[in-house]
Amino acid sequence: MEIAFVLEKFILVTIIFAISLVIAMYSTYAERKVAAFLQDRLGPDRAGPFGILQPLADGVKMFMKEEIVPTNSNKWLFMVGPGLAMLTACIGTAVIPWGTAIQIGERVIPLQVTDINVGLLYIFGVVSLGVYGVMIGGWASNNKYSLLSAIRAASQNISYEIAMGLSIIALLLVSGTLSLKEIVEQQHGWHWNVIYQPIGFILFLICAFAETNRAPFDLPECETELIGGYHTEYSSMKLGFYLFAEYINMFVSSAVIASLYFGGYNYPGMDWVLQHTGTTIGPLIGTLVFFIKIFAFIFFFMWVRWTIPRFRYDQLMHLGWKVLIPLAIANIIVTGVVIAIIEKF
Amino acid sequence: MGTSVFYIVAALSVFFSLMVIFSKNPVHSVLYLIVTFFTFTVHYILLNAQFLAVVNFIVYMGAIMVLFLFVLMLLNLNKDNEPLKSPLVKIVGIIAGCCLVVTLVGSLKATAVSNPLLLKNPGLGLIQNLGRELFGPFMLPFELSSILLLTAMVGAVLLTKKEKI
Repeated sequence: MEIAFVLEKFILVTIIFAISLVIAMYSTYAERKVAAFLQDRLGPDRAGPFGILQPLADGVKMFMKEEIVPTNSNKWLFMVGPGLAMLTACIGTAVIPWGTAIQIGERVIPLQVTDINVGLLYIFGVVSLGVYGVMIGGWASNNKYSLLSAIRAASQNISYEIAMGLSIIALLLVSGTLSLKEIVEQQHGWHWNVIYQPIGFILFLICAFAETNRAPFDLPECETELIGGYHTEYSSMKLGFYLFAEYINMFVSSAVIASLYFGGYNYPGMDWVLQHTGTTIGPLIGTLVFFIKIFAFIFFFMWVRWTIPRFRYDQLMHLGWKVLIPLAIANIIVTGVVIAIIEKF
Repeated sequence: MGTSVFYIVAALSVFFSLMVIFSKNPVHSVLYLIVTFFTFTVHYILLNAQFLAVVNFIVYMGAIMVLFLFVLMLLNLNKDNEPLKSPLVKIVGIIAGCCLVVTLVGSLKATAVSNPLLLKNPGLGLIQNLGRELFGPFMLPFELSSILLLTAMVGAVLLTKKEKI
C-alpha cells in the first residue's frame, strides 16, 4: 500500500464528507425556501442576502442551547443515539461512484472511495443499520412517546426494507452485478435503468422515503400523536445531529437513486463532451451532472413533503405489506420472464 | 498483518459475547450482541467472504437484532418486575451449563485441525463464485432450504391468525 494511494483516498473521503455536510446544511435552508415557495411565502430572508446564512445561524443556535440529559435516562445510550444516527448516515457515501476516473498529470484518480463487488448490498446494510440511532435514542430517553416512536421507526424500517430489497433484485436481474461502479457504467449515455425498470424505480423511491423517515412516512416524528417523536427529550446539538442526519440520509438516498436508476454521472452526448474537453475536465462535467440529478431528487423529496399529508399507521403498514411487496414480487417475475425470452430469441 | 488483525478481532468477539451474558439489562445485552455480530462480519471480511459478510451484516445486525430490540423495548424489563428464581432452577441451570461445556470441549478435542476450505480457493467467498457454487453443485440443498424457510413463514402467518381457518 503506497503512501500516495492512502493520501488520495484520505483526501477523497474528506472532500466527500465535507460536501455531504455542506449539502445537508443547505438542504435545511432549501427545505424552508421550498416550503415557503409552495405555500406562497417568502421563507427565511434575514441572515445575509436571501437568507443564505440561515443554516449557520441555526447551527450556532443549536450549539448555544443548554444540554439537557433527563434524570432517569440511560446516559451513555442517550449520547450514543445521535452519534450513531450521524455515523450510519455518513458511511453510505463510501461506495457511490461520483464520476469516471479523472486524470491529473500522470495519475488517474477514480472518483469512488471503494469499489467493493457487493456495493449495492453494502448500501442496503447501511440503510438497515440506520434505525438503531432512532431506536437507541428513543429507548434511552425513558419517555413513553419516545419509546413509541422508536418502536414505530423499527417496524416501519423493517417493513419497507423487504420491499426495497425485492425492488433491488429486479434491478440485479437487469444489471447482473452488485458493484455500483459497474451498474453505473452499464447505463452509458441515455441507457438509464429507469427505462428498463420503471416499476422498480417507483418502488425503490417509495421505500427510500420510508427508510429516511421523510413525509408522508414521517410517523416516528408525528407531532400530533407523539410530541416530537424519538427526539422529544433531546436538546442542543444532540437534537441537531438527529435533524441533520435526516438531511444527510436524504442526500445519500438521492445519490443512490440517481446512480441506480438515473445513470449516475452518465448523460446523453457524454462521449462527444469527453472528446472535446479532455480527461480532466470531462469527468468533472459528469460529476456536475450527477449532482444536478441529486439536487433534483432532493427537491422532489421536499416537494412531496409539502404536498402529501402523513399516512395513518395502519395505512402505512397496509401499503408496505399488501401493496409494495406483491408489486415488487410481480416485478421480479415479469423482469425474469422478459429477460429469459430475450435471451432465448 | 492478517493474523494480528484476526487475534484482535477474535479477542473483541469473545469480550463482547461475554458482555452479552454478564450485563444485567436485557437491552444492553442485545446491543452487545449486535457488536458481537459486527465483529463476526469483520471475520468474514478477513476470510475474503464478502457476500457472507454483508449478508450477515444485513440479516443479523439489520433485521433480526432490530426485532429483538423491538420486543425487549416493548417488554421494558427491569429489576423490579423480574420473577424470583428458585434455587432448584439455579442448580439445574448450573448442571446443564456444565454438561454443555463438557460436550463442547469433548467435541472440539475430537476434531482434527481443520483444513480451511476458503484458504485453498480465496475467491470462493466472492459473489460470482458463490452463486455458481450454490446454483450448480448445491442446487438441490439450496432449493430445499428455501422451501423450508417458506414453510416456516407460512406457519408463522397461520399462527398469528386467531380465528378459525
